[in-house]
Amino acid sequence: MALLEVEHLDVRFPLRHGEIRAVRDVSFALDRGERLGIVGESGAGKSVLAFSLLRLLSRPGRIVRGQVRFEGRELTQLSDRQLRRVRGNRVAMIFQDPLTTLNPVLTIGQQMIESLKAHRRISSRRARSVALHKLRQVQISSPEQRLAQYPHQLSGGLCQRVVIAIALLLDPDIIIADEPTTALDVTIQAEIIALLKQLCEKHNVSLIVISHDLGVIGRLTQRLLVMYAGRIVEQGPTREIINDAQHPYTQGLINALPQMALPRQPLAQIPGTMPSLSQVPGGCAFHPRCRYRFTPQGLPRQDCRERIPEAVASGESRVACHWVRELIATLPIEEETT
Amino acid sequence: MIFFLMRRLLQAVAVMFVISVIGFAVQGGLGDPVPQMLGPTATDAESAALRHSLGLDRPLWMQYLHFAGNAVKLNFGDSYFFHEPALDVIARYLPATLELVAASAVITLLLSVPMGIFCAIRPRSWLSRGLMGLSLIGISVPIFLTAMVLIQLFSIGVQVTLFPMDTGWGQWLNQLLSIDGGMPAYGRGNPIHVWGVWYTNFASWQGLLYLLLPALSLAFVMLPLFVRLIHAEMVEVLESDYVKYARARGLRPSRIYFLHALKNTLLPVVTLGGVQIGTLVAYTLLTETVFQWPGAGLMFLDAIERADMPLVVAYLMVVGLMFVVTNTLVDLLYRVLNPRVTLSGRSA
Repeated sequence: MALLEVEHLDVRFPLRHGEIRAVRDVSFALDRGERLGIVGESGAGKSVLAFSLLRLLSRPGRIVRGQVRFEGRELTQLSDRQLRRVRGNRVAMIFQDPLTTLNPVLTIGQQMIESLKAHRRISSRRARSVALHKLRQVQISSPEQRLAQYPHQLSGGLCQRVVIAIALLLDPDIIIADEPTTALDVTIQAEIIALLKQLCEKHNVSLIVISHDLGVIGRLTQRLLVMYAGRIVEQGPTREIINDAQHPYTQGLINALPQMALPRQPLAQIPGTMPSLSQVPGGCAFHPRCRYRFTPQGLPRQDCRERIPEAVASGESRVACHWVRELIATLPIEEETT
Repeated sequence: MIFFLMRRLLQAVAVMFVISVIGFAVQGGLGDPVPQMLGPTATDAESAALRHSLGLDRPLWMQYLHFAGNAVKLNFGDSYFFHEPALDVIARYLPATLELVAASAVITLLLSVPMGIFCAIRPRSWLSRGLMGLSLIGISVPIFLTAMVLIQLFSIGVQVTLFPMDTGWGQWLNQLLSIDGGMPAYGRGNPIHVWGVWYTNFASWQGLLYLLLPALSLAFVMLPLFVRLIHAEMVEVLESDYVKYARARGLRPSRIYFLHALKNTLLPVVTLGGVQIGTLVAYTLLTETVFQWPGAGLMFLDAIERADMPLVVAYLMVVGLMFVVTNTLVDLLYRVLNPRVTLSGRSA
């Protein structure tokens, strides 16, 4: 049994006029010690997915359908009190902007110690020494001094290290990191990524990283989910997807990486923009932007416009695309290998 | 820190100067104190003699200089009416006013913080909707109306005869809706001496009873504003990342609301609160008039009627000083609450 299993998860934000369906029929599993990436453009529903796992959605968002099973326990059914014992304790979170994540009027020490005391019967003195230990683990210099400091006295990178230390405080099973490096300087990004990876490996912690940056995901994760307009369009081993993406959207994302550009050539782009989550086109949500929406004969593919593609296996990945399905169907040799 | 206090001291002096100038400038408009002091039978010669002895025959700017020179030595001159130093008169009346202000500040704080927090945490409950609606009305009701309504309800009482008196249920309903009244609404009662120096309403039930209605009506000046402010701030803070993060860490809701959110909510509330304490002192003029509370506000109004210049100016100076002192204290408190602020002698 996987550590975390998400099945057919549906998250909606009912509004006065219509509703936003931010996460649609999402299923995936996470093993102990596995590092999973979720990638996609802004507005693809990645963060909503991450927050819905611990039911931390802001109003009026709610889980309409689906299951989130953690160690076999159904999180969507837990009482608030039971869920509180999971939050921060078994499943910890890292937010995007470390400078707004930590409470500005409480010291680092206060916030670390309260986290420990929320879940353990522990003396303040003991909690303090655990906090110091974790601060050393994330390679923060003079940790005693940091405990007495306020978040504004620390740099962004240092704050994010503190947040990582807080995430590790209670030795969780899973850390969910929502864009952990987006708000940081490029030079610091690499350090934080290396630190996260090393600590997760060392403590055998599973990691879910949300990012729009394939570079971050590529260095950090073993498996990858690609989201578009609330759905998973492709999932599989990170290396395989980056080297040989199947879904036209994933291909577009990878081709748009600066590393992929030829010298003196403009960066590749995916034409058009991500649809608003309240007005997603019918059929395959990506089809208006997809270059394979026409058959080689130049006719529009009927399926792309009318039917939501089901995921099919391709290599070790699963891809939700009519074009890929056709491709596989016409290449019987490749189908045998899957 | 020292620079901060020095700058504040300079500001205080400037504020005091402006207040005293304004006080003197309106002197002409207050009328002539001499007939008031001597009565209708005085001769012209007597009037002129008194005028000379009070220095009132000199030009206004010379009077001001004379006053300012003495004011530096904390001598505001003798009250024309009481024939004793103006500061002594104020010192006699001010405690009653301060007790009134303190009581209503406490009432405001004790009511507005829970109300504001509740409205922010449970925005959909009928109670918070009711409170928010009432607070909107409350902001627009003038204090003398609140005071009179309170007197009518709790002092005079209300006899309801709406339901038929000849039926049992009618009598019962009438009695249920009627209010006996009987709360004191005039003066201070008999305050008690504590330690021989402090003459207070706080130390006895009867004293507190006399204090209740005036303090309540004074509190209603600020209460609706504070409820709305705390509510608005709290709603905003509850949306912030650090509150969401606190939830993600599995902290108890009580800790999130009353530590993480409240501490951030209080920053602007403290700022406004400090300024409003001064405003409360100003509103005591009306409250003390309606309730005949023998405090500095009532004394000030009497002093204006009697054109008792030294007393009027001294009162203005004392109130101005209170504004400056409370604002300074608020800035210091603000630093305790908000670690991002450092007090410096330089730019504001």
